[in-house]
Amino acid sequence: MLSFIQSLMNDPEVWDVTLLSLKVSGIATLISVLIGLPFGTFLALSKFSGRSVVLTIVNTGMALPPVVVGLAVAMTLWRSGPLGDFNLIYTPAAIVIAQTIIAAPVVTGLTAAALQQLDTRLQLQLLGLGASIPQMILSLWWQARLPLLAALMAGFGSVISEVGASMMVGGNIQGQTRVLTTAIVLETNRGEFERAMLLGALLLMITLLINYALTKIQQGGARQR
Amino acid sequence: MSALIEISDLVVRRGKRSVVEIKALTVEKGEILAVIGPNGAGKSSLLLAMARLLQPDKGELWWDGVSLKEISSLTYRRRIGLVLQEPLLLDLPVFGNVALGLRFRGTPAAEVNEKVARWLKRLGIEALRERPGSQLSGGEAQRVSLARAFVLNPELLLLDEPFSALDSPTRLRLLEDLKAILAETGTTTILITHDLKEASRLASRVAVMLDGQIVQIGPPQQVFANPVNSAAADFLGMQN
Repeated sequence: MLSFIQSLMNDPEVWDVTLLSLKVSGIATLISVLIGLPFGTFLALSKFSGRSVVLTIVNTGMALPPVVVGLAVAMTLWRSGPLGDFNLIYTPAAIVIAQTIIAAPVVTGLTAAALQQLDTRLQLQLLGLGASIPQMILSLWWQARLPLLAALMAGFGSVISEVGASMMVGGNIQGQTRVLTTAIVLETNRGEFERAMLLGALLLMITLLINYALTKIQQGGARQR
Repeated sequence: MSALIEISDLVVRRGKRSVVEIKALTVEKGEILAVIGPNGAGKSSLLLAMARLLQPDKGELWWDGVSLKEISSLTYRRRIGLVLQEPLLLDLPVFGNVALGLRFRGTPAAEVNEKVARWLKRLGIEALRERPGSQLSGGEAQRVSLARAFVLNPELLLLDEPFSALDSPTRLRLLEDLKAILAETGTTTILITHDLKEASRLASRVAVMLDGQIVQIGPPQQVFANPVNSAAADFLGMQN
């Protein structure tokens, strides 16, 4: 068993797959934060007709099945699809697009929820102290930083562990679009259960380490309160 | 004295109901005006409209003779200080909370340190400098809130029932400190309260607000002794 783990660890493909997983899911999470943080803030702080409809759509988006996202992105990026000319299907970029569609509603919805939990009078108090609108928003983000970190963790968790969309738009091509989850599916289909389990353990370990680091930051902030 | 802020034909509506309807109100420079009235009289809405945090449906406000329409909201808000009923402190140490408004204005660090230290001392909270805002008592937090406003050297201080959540001894101590500070600084102040004792201790004039309208205004003793109508008498009598 130990020698098998060693051989797995010495297998360059395992590291390629792991690094690609971290890269695509990391980029997708980053883009999701860049979209979700401002959009969630807008939804939390603004009042407009149809706001509850938009919030409902975002909250529904938090439960989007990855295979449905994969299907939609695949149809869009397919050679004959509307964005087929960009030749993105079966590339890491296609996986990033699909994972962003999965994670962005999660980050948006949890950002809106985090900011809505704050006392609404805090906005008035900050403005009354002479804050500009960007300064007020930064102060609110600071005040809600713990649930906002949870939104980041949930966004990353939703994409690092998904398989359906990555498989459909990435194609699980060795050395190009194979990520940890699609590699696990492949090894399982081949009957290589031991290898699949070890890859699964590696995926869990990575997720655990990243969430541990974020939780440490989060709880460090909580202790200061 | 000359007018610092003037209000004419101000109307604030919530839905279809007018919560503030004031024909005219003038606050002189250096004056302390208490706006008193029962809950739901529209006092806080008036204060928020004066802070430009609530858009009036009608009417105009004038600042030192200049229409507020000609002054940007941010410029105006940086001339005032606002203290609400709840201190609403950020998850920062006391120093960081008091320094907040100065940092919003881009004040140099050395000046921030000097001003914050001065106001922490003046309000008797210098020992709490590094303590997180969440670990303060109600009275301590409200002192931080007052320091946070005074450190900005506001031309107009707006106080919305700042003592109503405090117990009686804490409230009295803070009231006396505030009275002394206002006497030193001469800051023009509008105090919203439903407590007549607070109003009479601090204010040079009181305005009685009922159902969104100012029904009577004058020196405290004169207003308390001669209510203008039965509704004002009911409110003032109920309080005495």
